[in-house]
Amino acid sequence: MTLDRRSFLKLVGAGAGAAGLPLIGRAAEIMPKTGKRVVVIGGGYGGTIAAKYVRMMDKSIEVVLIERNDHFVSCPFSNLYLGGMLPDLNSLTIKYDKLAANHGVKVVQAEVTGIDPAAKSVTTSKGTIAYDRLVVSPGIDFRLDEMKGYDAAAMEVMPHAWKAGPQTVLLRKQLEAMKPGGNVIISIPLAPFRCPPGPYERASMIAMYLKQHKPGSKVIILDANPDIVSKKGLFLKGWKKHYEGIIDYRAAKKVTEVDAGKMSVMIEGLEEVKGDVINIIPPQKAGLIAHAAGLVGTDKKWCPVNPTTFESTLHKDIHVIGDSSIAGAMPKSGYSANSEAKVCATNIVALMNGKEITEMSAINTCYSYLSAKEAVSVTGVYKVNAEKQVIEGVPGSVAVSPDLSEVEAIYAESWLRNILTEMST
Amino acid sequence: MTMIWKGWALATGVLAMSALAQAAPPSPAMLANACAGCHGTNGGSAGPSMPSLASQSKEAIVEAMKKFKSGERPATVMGRLAKGYTDADFAAMAEFFSKQKLHATNQTLDKAKIAKGASLQESNCGRCHIEDGKEGKDDTPVMASQWLPYLQMQMAEYQSGKRKMPEKMAEKVKPLSAADLEALLHFYASVK
Repeated sequence: MTLDRRSFLKLVGAGAGAAGLPLIGRAAEIMPKTGKRVVVIGGGYGGTIAAKYVRMMDKSIEVVLIERNDHFVSCPFSNLYLGGMLPDLNSLTIKYDKLAANHGVKVVQAEVTGIDPAAKSVTTSKGTIAYDRLVVSPGIDFRLDEMKGYDAAAMEVMPHAWKAGPQTVLLRKQLEAMKPGGNVIISIPLAPFRCPPGPYERASMIAMYLKQHKPGSKVIILDANPDIVSKKGLFLKGWKKHYEGIIDYRAAKKVTEVDAGKMSVMIEGLEEVKGDVINIIPPQKAGLIAHAAGLVGTDKKWCPVNPTTFESTLHKDIHVIGDSSIAGAMPKSGYSANSEAKVCATNIVALMNGKEITEMSAINTCYSYLSAKEAVSVTGVYKVNAEKQVIEGVPGSVAVSPDLSEVEAIYAESWLRNILTEMST
Repeated sequence: MTMIWKGWALATGVLAMSALAQAAPPSPAMLANACAGCHGTNGGSAGPSMPSLASQSKEAIVEAMKKFKSGERPATVMGRLAKGYTDADFAAMAEFFSKQKLHATNQTLDKAKIAKGASLQESNCGRCHIEDGKEGKDDTPVMASQWLPYLQMQMAEYQSGKRKMPEKMAEKVKPLSAADLEALLHFYASVK
């Protein structure tokens, strides 16, 4: 999202007070609906797959994918770019032309500004689009009200780089420009957040770069959590092996305030830490559109869904997948979003054809690099616990690598090629 | 089993409350689609170290999954993921992938090695890897069009003893030189 929360709400609510009508009532309809239609919001790890699989399973359903950009940059592997292992983000970037051509997905490049669950219509910057069923896969947004001083201007000084693209490039440039002996701060929010092992992989990749190019420099991790959230033993082992004296991990240090002018962060209003490069990974919540559409639950952060269909428990005929959804034990990862999208697509097609829905079966596989040649992984097979109606990991399948592994680094590359190819072809 | 449960659920009114009670057991596609993030849509892999599963022999997939689960076959993620499934799940996934069209990989291969491999394959491997590796006898895996790097990684695991070679295969492989084996892998990777 390029809009901050305030201007977004202003945009959504514009005209409501003056004319007494919601904005959605006024925009002109584009692409009038003629038959069965699924609309998908968001062209990332979840949305592309939901759109493609609905079409693969039922060609009689029209699928419209609405995405703000004409391309998508993967967050997975963007830490390798920060570590200097990739020259640019090109190998992490997909376009939508082949998805459209191969499967007949109608891709609309537009900003979604509202959803009307009663009228079953999505309002975009280009007009409204009607749906029979809607899939919302907007990824994450930030709880900026919990990070004083971290506004749009501060993000240009202290990048989050938690949505891959220009922010990632900015952080990389700052690392390259930093003087040897400088300190890089990485601020990690309380879980849950997108990609649980991501911040620790990032610390590893930045430490690798500093070790090679900026002698005497350090990575200071300020983690709001009481401990490393994911793959703890493996990260500690890798850091001891490769980055002793470079990574300074500090647990239970919740950054609550930033000062972009002073290049400092404040922990709980008590302790100030200064840095030469500061990467703020802010506390997170569902994408803004999920909030605007009333899909967010009582926690005011994430979207509750039926674990078998991913249909919102708050609005009928709207499904939420990926980082924005509450998917029980499944982590907020790219692979989870991919797998959830297929479960959701399967059951949307069943529901639209009046057929019996199918129990969900999903997977997560997520790799993290510790060095140029070593990676580790976490896996899990997920099913719904019928009694509790929540998604749980199947015992034995949810586990991490026994050790740092060169073979896993080779597999990780193929993981990326396959998952991006699935999304884009 | 499902019918009994449904009858009971209808009688007690539980069905309306529980979404899962109305859901059919995972279909072969539901199970297999979850694998496609790493193995490609319908099992056609785009990653050179990840095998294509499309058109793979049903028996070979079931055998591989069982060996991953028991730890007999060396693995990274597969040993862990296999623990999430039953033998019936393996059979359903295998059924799904075996029915998919062979995935023709686009990879750079050595023409001379392909020719040499072609001359060696019939007498050395052809009794089990039948039809130029497009089919497999019993649980022998389909080799045709597989990624060369994947095949090389597997051959290295066989030769290091980490992956146990079937006896018949060991007999045939033993007299072959490293260059012969490399040629055979190029050949199978080239078959479309």
